[in-house]
Amino acid sequence: MALSLRNPTLINRDQHKMSYYFTILSPTDTPLFNIAFGTSKGGGDGIARFRFPETAQYMNQFIIHSSLDILEEAQWTNGSMYLKHIDTYPPAAAYITAFLTPSGARFLLLHQPPHLPSSTGSSGLGASSLLGSAGSTTRASSSSIAANPTSPQTEEAVRQFMNEVYENYVKTAMNPFYKQGMEIKSPVFRTRVTAAGKKWL
Amino acid sequence: MSSNKTSRIGEETRVDKVNAELVTLTYGTIVAQLCQDYDSNYQDVNKQLEKMGYNIGMRLIEDFLAKSGVGRCANFRDTADMIAKVGFKIFLNVTPTVTNWTSDNTQFSLIFEENPLADFVELPDDGRAQDELWFSNILCGVLRGALEMVQMQIEAHFVSDVLRGDDTTEMRVSLVRYIEDEMPPEEE
Repeated sequence: MALSLRNPTLINRDQHKMSYYFTILSPTDTPLFNIAFGTSKGGGDGIARFRFPETAQYMNQFIIHSSLDILEEAQWTNGSMYLKHIDTYPPAAAYITAFLTPSGARFLLLHQPPHLPSSTGSSGLGASSLLGSAGSTTRASSSSIAANPTSPQTEEAVRQFMNEVYENYVKTAMNPFYKQGMEIKSPVFRTRVTAAGKKWL
Repeated sequence: MSSNKTSRIGEETRVDKVNAELVTLTYGTIVAQLCQDYDSNYQDVNKQLEKMGYNIGMRLIEDFLAKSGVGRCANFRDTADMIAKVGFKIFLNVTPTVTNWTSDNTQFSLIFEENPLADFVELPDDGRAQDELWFSNILCGVLRGALEMVQMQIEAHFVSDVLRGDDTTEMRVSLVRYIEDEMPPEEE
C-alpha cells in the first residue's frame, strides 16, 4: 500500500506542480495586485507554467473576472470571508478560489494543474483515490494539493495562504502613503505574498 | 539623579491608554498630506514637520513637568536620560537608548528600537523619499521646542531610519548652549 502510493507520486512528479495566478480586486473590480507563481511544496520550484503560456497573461485575468458574478452570489451564502472553490473554467482546467475582505476587496486565486485531465491517465487517478482513503494517515498534502484542486487539503492550504495575504493586505492598507483603491506597488507586500505562496502552496 | 530612579518615574507616570493605531494613522496622514501639499519636496516636508514638532514641544514641556513632577536636571547627561526614559515613555511608551556621547557631554544619540509613529509605513516608491524624507522628523522639533522652554538650545536631526532601509533609527541631539535670561529685545 505504502509503495503503491509512493510510486505514482514519483512517476507523476511533474503533474503535482500547480500553476497559480493570484489577483486582488477592489470593490469596484479594479485590479490592485497580480502575481503568478507555481507550486513550491514537494520540491516544486515555485515557477508558474501555465498550459497556454502565450495567452496566459490575459486569459488568466479574463477567467478570474468571469467568475465575479458567481463570487457575488457566493458571498451571501455564508458569513465567512473564505469562500473556497467557487468556479471552474473547464477549457483551461482553471479553478478559482475566492476570499472576500469585509471592506469588499476580493482575493482570487486561479489554480491550474499542468496537464489536461485526459493525459494524467489512470496513475494520476489512482493516486488521488488512494489519497482520498489514506490521506489522513499519510498527510501527503504536497501532492494532494496539486492532484485535486478541490480537495479539503487544498482548500485548507489555500485558506492559510489567503489569511496570510489578508494580514499583509491590512498592513499595506494602513500605510499612509497608500491610497485606497490604488494599485499595490509595495515590494514588501509582493515579497510577503510570494513567501506565503511558498509556505502554503 | 540615578538612572534607575529615572526609569521608575517614567514607568509610574506613563499614560497607558491611547490607541496606537489612532496615533499612527493620524501622524501618517499628516505626513502624507504634507508630501502632497509640498509636491514631494521632502526637504520642505522635513522642515515643516520639525516646525510642527517645535510648536508641540513648547507646550508639551509644561504638561511633562506637571505630570512627572521631576525637578531640574544637573547636567546634559541627566537631561538625555530624562528625555529617553521619562519623556518618550510618558508620551509614546517607548524608551530609546541613549548612546554615542561625545567626550564633552554635549552630543548624544537616541536609538529607537521601536517607533510607533512609523508602524505600517512604507516610504513612497519615487526614488527620492528613501533618501530625503525623515518620516518621524516631528520628534526632532518636539525636543527642540521642549528644551528651549527650559533654557537649553539644542539641535536635533535623524541620521538613520529603518524606514529607509537602515539597520537602526537614530536621532542625533546636540546641545548648542544654555540660554541665559535675557531682556526681551523690544522692551526699553
